[in-house]
Amino acid sequence: MAKIKPRVKVPKKAEAGEIVTIKTLISHPMESGQRKDKKTGEIIPQDIVNYFKATFNGETVFETDIDAAVSTNPYIEFTLKVPESGTVGFLWKTDNDGEFEAEKKIKVG
Amino acid sequence: MTMQLTRRDALVFTVAGVAAATVGLPAMAKGVDDAISAFAGDAKVGSGKITVTAPEIAENGNSVPIEVSVESAMEGDDMVEEIMILADGNPNPGVATFKFSTLSGEASASTRIRLAKTQNVVAVAKMKDGSVYSASREVKVTIGGCGG
Repeated sequence: MAKIKPRVKVPKKAEAGEIVTIKTLISHPMESGQRKDKKTGEIIPQDIVNYFKATFNGETVFETDIDAAVSTNPYIEFTLKVPESGTVGFLWKTDNDGEFEAEKKIKVG
Repeated sequence: MTMQLTRRDALVFTVAGVAAATVGLPAMAKGVDDAISAFAGDAKVGSGKITVTAPEIAENGNSVPIEVSVESAMEGDDMVEEIMILADGNPNPGVATFKFSTLSGEASASTRIRLAKTQNVVAVAKMKDGSVYSASREVKVTIGGCGG
């Protein structure tokens, strides 16, 4: 399996109270559990990224429960109202208990 | 075998078709209904308020960009807590559920989804005051996105 790698795009600077858009993508096959192995005819078991969370200085900003209908390399875009300088934390969880994290700093002023 | 279609038969078909369409629209697929009632609880589901942005025609059902948003101050009682996305023509209707906070600033999110065939993308939003709204948008899919 290809290496699972999160990528996030967060503006480096913002005004206090500004609403910024944050883009995230994690490389993951998102095996839907609907496909069959062409050789054996058996269903390939589901293996997806099922949860995403973003935090700001530890406080939850945005969460997503993800089902198999989200595309390969799940892309999620959301907004953050930046109260002050701080760190945006990202967390993804997969069906087989994988956890992947990323972090970005935003500077106010 | 050839099929003779008399005027009477045609009429019966038309009436049946119209009836099915009328019943089918608000009810939609059963899985979607179940998911909405589980999400809404006792609240009555109103329509509107939500904007679902999706392409009218998606050439590739493997990756269809969608965006949902609700006009909201995201402060005090004027808050959108969750938006659930469903696809009524997929093997499983669930797609994703976005959960917002006061730090969100606005209730809007985007992702890319799989659509097995032409179908409705349904968004259901739950507000802090307990009210629930839904909106849907049809996406025509040229090549389905579920693999063989």
